[in-house]
Amino acid sequence: MSTGPYGCIAEFDSAPALLAAVAGLRTRGYSRLEAYTPFPVEGLAQALGASRDWTAVAMLVAGALAGAGMLALQYYGAAINYPINVGGRPDASWPAFIPPAVEMTILFAALAGVVAMLAANGLPRLHHPLFDSQRFTRASRNGLLLVVLADDPRYEPGAVRQALLELHATHVETVPS
Amino acid sequence: MSAPARTLAVELEAVTDPVTAIVLERASGRRWMLAFVASVVLTALLGSGIWVLLVRGVGIWGIEIPVAWGFAIADYVWWIGIGMAGTFISAALYLTRQSWRNSLNRYAEAMTVFAVSVSGLFPILHLGRPWFFYWLAPYPNRMALWPQWRSSLLWDFFAITAYLLVSIVYFYVGLLPDLATVRDRARSRGRQVFYGLLALGWRGEARHWQRFETLSMVLAALAVPLVFSVHSMVALDFSEGLLPGWHTTLFPPFFVAGALFSGFAVVLVLGIPLRRYYGLTDLITEAHLDKLARLLLAVGLIVDYSYLSEVFFAFYGGDRYEIAMTLNRLGGAYAWLFWSTIACNVVSIQLLWFPRVRANHAALFTISLTVVVGMWFERFMLIVTSLYRGFLPSSWGMFYPTLWDLGFLFGSIGLFCLLFLAFVRLLPAVSMFELRKSAAQALERPR
Repeated sequence: MSTGPYGCIAEFDSAPALLAAVAGLRTRGYSRLEAYTPFPVEGLAQALGASRDWTAVAMLVAGALAGAGMLALQYYGAAINYPINVGGRPDASWPAFIPPAVEMTILFAALAGVVAMLAANGLPRLHHPLFDSQRFTRASRNGLLLVVLADDPRYEPGAVRQALLELHATHVETVPS
Repeated sequence: MSAPARTLAVELEAVTDPVTAIVLERASGRRWMLAFVASVVLTALLGSGIWVLLVRGVGIWGIEIPVAWGFAIADYVWWIGIGMAGTFISAALYLTRQSWRNSLNRYAEAMTVFAVSVSGLFPILHLGRPWFFYWLAPYPNRMALWPQWRSSLLWDFFAITAYLLVSIVYFYVGLLPDLATVRDRARSRGRQVFYGLLALGWRGEARHWQRFETLSMVLAALAVPLVFSVHSMVALDFSEGLLPGWHTTLFPPFFVAGALFSGFAVVLVLGIPLRRYYGLTDLITEAHLDKLARLLLAVGLIVDYSYLSEVFFAFYGGDRYEIAMTLNRLGGAYAWLFWSTIACNVVSIQLLWFPRVRANHAALFTISLTVVVGMWFERFMLIVTSLYRGFLPSSWGMFYPTLWDLGFLFGSIGLFCLLFLAFVRLLPAVSMFELRKSAAQALERPR
């Protein structure tokens, strides 16, 4: 079953201390780091080496497709498939087609954004090794946590622990996988 | 000055624990139970009303020709308007970085979701054959028919659908980090599983937060034009018609202002008891109520200006039907409706100019409730005073509500209260992670 620990978890008492620790660990050559905080900390994702954030792009693409699709659907329905003369108005009444297109643009952009955010974050997820750690529950209340994953090429429990304490961690422990 | 050291952990606990305690530790209490039972009774009234309506048809209401839009459409416009303020507080004040809104946005968003859900019932029930409501959606059907794309009623269908789904999504995504907090603080297995499932495994990893914040920002930027478009669509249902009093370009902005007005009033009506009975006075403070009261006054003045310009343009335009309708509104059979609206929405809010009134919670609560009632009067007045005397004097007629009309109105209020009471007990009523962010920033700022 479990082959080794998930990683080493450390707690810090302020956001600047956490950011400094991330920078310190990265200069020591650690790359597999995760930080868990009870609120979004500015610059933390960049310090950890975040990849490109595609959320906004997904929203733009989905919104544009939905808006164009809705216009096309209305044009097809009103001008090609079932043209009907309403008081002499043109079959393709573009101004009247705009409201549904606007609404669908917003709706699909929003839905795509949620799907993109969840998918990129690997959610929904029923379980995670960190949920077994009592220390981890602090990450959603009052604790700023940093995890060095066990699959980091430089991972060695004693050295990691030493490095974290040098970087002013207030508490360090190992999390089983 | 030797205040206890303000450490980050202490500050974060101070904005987290009181909120999770409401969900996890507090007993329901007698007041909540009483309100809950009353809401269940009213909801049952709505349910039985819907049953009778499905069996017997919309004739159980007082609607007739010429007043074919009665209470149901007034209720619909009223409810969807109430919803607007929640999105406005949440999204527009987020984009403008008004961080004080962090204490209010969660329950205001809940209010939006519930008000829009309740409002959506009315146009469907009003259809006559509600079970065919899906005919509004374009789908391949064996009748080979399409919806009428040029009709504002159809635009409205798309607008409500989009608004309901986007507000649910916006509400739920904003809840995820707080659901994770409740999950982590829950002690019983049942609650851990319940909130664990709802939280979707949220952990608060830095890169997750980054995507979350991008999403929140773009969703807010989308939600602001959405709410304005939705209520404009509602107004176009009226102004696309040719009736005097409806056929005006003033309607979309007028309806948007009215919507914000009634919505801020409901935010106050819900917020004042919420902070008082659930010990949230440190999170929803006097300053919040004062700001909301100022917003209520400011939007109210825009509504009042619209009332004035409606009357002015009727005479300035010189159209004899518009003038006749306006004179009828001011002095006809429904003059009491117009003047009640003026009393509630114009006169009562002038008290909010005084700081002492804004600081008095009982007064603020009463004024807000008056505005909510006044806005219902306004919606009903706009519908009935235009319909009861149209262009043809031979088809003039009065509207007399039936008991079922009242039953649907109060029943819908019951359903809204039921949903809100359940929300207060089951979900964190204040956005904890946003308050934690503000608290952390306040602590880091050099003093």
